Amino acid sequence: MSHPTLDVRGLAYAYPDGHQALFGVDLHVHPGERVALLGPNGAGKTTLVLHLNGILTAGAGSVAVSGLPVTKENLREIRRRVGVVFQDPDDQLFLGTVRQDVAFGPANLGVKGEALERRVMESLDRVGMADFAGRPPHHLSFGQRRRVAVATVLAMEPEILVLDEPSSNLDPASRRELAEILRSLDVTVLMVTHDLPYAFELCPRSVVLSDGVVVADGATFDVLTDDALMRAHRLELPFGFDPRRIGSLPG
Amino acid sequence: MGAGHGHRLHYHGHSPVHRVEPHLKVLALLGFVLVVVATPREWYVAYPGFLAVLLGVIALSRVPFGYLLPRLVVEVPFVVFALLMPFIAHGPQVDVLGIGLSEPGLLAAWGLLAKGTLGVLASLTLAATTEPDDLLRGLQRLRLPDLLVQIMGFMIRYLDVVTGELRRMLTAMRSRGCDPRSPRHWPALAKALGALFVRSYERGERVHLAMLSRGYTGKLPT
Repeated sequence: MSHPTLDVRGLAYAYPDGHQALFGVDLHVHPGERVALLGPNGAGKTTLVLHLNGILTAGAGSVAVSGLPVTKENLREIRRRVGVVFQDPDDQLFLGTVRQDVAFGPANLGVKGEALERRVMESLDRVGMADFAGRPPHHLSFGQRRRVAVATVLAMEPEILVLDEPSSNLDPASRRELAEILRSLDVTVLMVTHDLPYAFELCPRSVVLSDGVVVADGATFDVLTDDALMRAHRLELPFGFDPRRIGSLPG
Repeated sequence: MGAGHGHRLHYHGHSPVHRVEPHLKVLALLGFVLVVVATPREWYVAYPGFLAVLLGVIALSRVPFGYLLPRLVVEVPFVVFALLMPFIAHGPQVDVLGIGLSEPGLLAAWGLLAKGTLGVLASLTLAATTEPDDLLRGLQRLRLPDLLVQIMGFMIRYLDVVTGELRRMLTAMRSRGCDPRSPRHWPALAKALGALFVRSYERGERVHLAMLSRGYTGKLPT
C-alpha cells in the first residue's frame, strides 16, 4: 500500500459568509485503521467531513483518497471510495423501502440487476437488517434506521467509512449493537464524535480538531488521559468514566 | 410482501381492484373525474349512476365503507362553502321552511357537493387500493416528468417526518402555556410554522448532500 487511504494536507476553508472553519488541517488515515476525530462543537469536524467526498471544495491545501485527489473530475470515484454516514438517518434514507435506499448508491454507480440485488442483501446482512429489506425506512426504530444508513454506504464498497456522530440518539443496546457491527466490518473507519467512551471502545487512534486545526493525534488512551489537552479543548470524559481503570476492551 | 403496509390512506387487501396495474387505475380515476365534472349539474339522473359505479368498484375492492367515510372529512371546507352558497348567492328566491334561499345558489351547492363528493370518494378508493410506491411507478409509466415523480416521492417519504416535527413543536408550545388553537396565540403559531418551513428547507439541503454523497446525478435509479 503506497498511499494512505485518506491524505489531507494543509486544508483550509472559509464559508461564503467569511467565517473560516478550517485553518490548515493535516490528517492521514492508513488502510485498515479505525480513527476517531474528536473535538468540541464548532471545531470544524463536519466541515472537514464534507471535504472528504468533495461536497465542499478546499480553499487551500488538498485532499486525496488512496492517491486520487478530490477534484471535480474525480468526484464520482471519490464518492464511491468515501462513504459518509450522516448524523440523521432521516436525511440519508429518502426512498420508499429499505431495499431501494440501499440500492440507490450502487445503482448510481451503474450496478444493475442481480449484482445490485446481491450487493443490497449483502450490505443489509452485514448490519443485521436483511429481514427488513421490504419495509419503509420511516417505520423502523431509530437504531435500525442508523444501521440501514450504514448499509446504504457499505453497498458502495467504500475504501473508507466516515461516520458523523454514529452513537448520537441511540439507546445503550442499539449503541452496543452498532459498535459490534462496526468492529465486524473489514473497512477503514473515520468516526467523528464527541462520545469519548465510544471512541475509546472502537478506535485505537484519535485525532483532536479544535478551532480548525489538529491539536493532537495519537493513541486514544493517551489523548483521553492527557488532562491538560482535554481541558484546553473543551473535551470532558463523562462522569464516572476513566480509561485508566478499564482493563481490556471488547473485541 | 413488497412495499410496506400502513400508509394512513391505504387499506391492505388482495382484491381485483388492488391488483389492477396502478397506471390503469390512475387513468380510470382521471377519466371518471373528468366525466363527472363535465356532466351538467341539471342532469340529476346521471349522478346516482356515477355513485352506483363507484360503489360497485368499492364493493369489489372489499374496502369497508366505514374505512372510507371518516376520510371524507377532507371535503369539509368545500361542504361549508356549498352550504353557504344558497344564502349568499343572488337571483330568484325560493322559500324553504320559511327561509328565502337563492335558486341558482341551491343549484350551485348541489353541483359542488355532488361532484366534490364523487371525486373525493373516487380518489380515496384509489389511495386505499394502491400503495404509494406503486402509484408513483404508475405515474412514471404514464410519462409524468421524472422530476415531478421524484418530488411526490419525497413528499410521501417526508410527510410523516415533517408532521412529527410539527407535533413536537406544538407539544413544546403547549408545555409552555401556549394554546395554539386560541387566536391570541396565533402569532406564536405562525412563527412556529415559519420555523418548521426553515427546518424542512434545511433538511432538504441535508438530504440533497446525502444523495450527492452516494453519487446522485439527477436521476433516481428505477
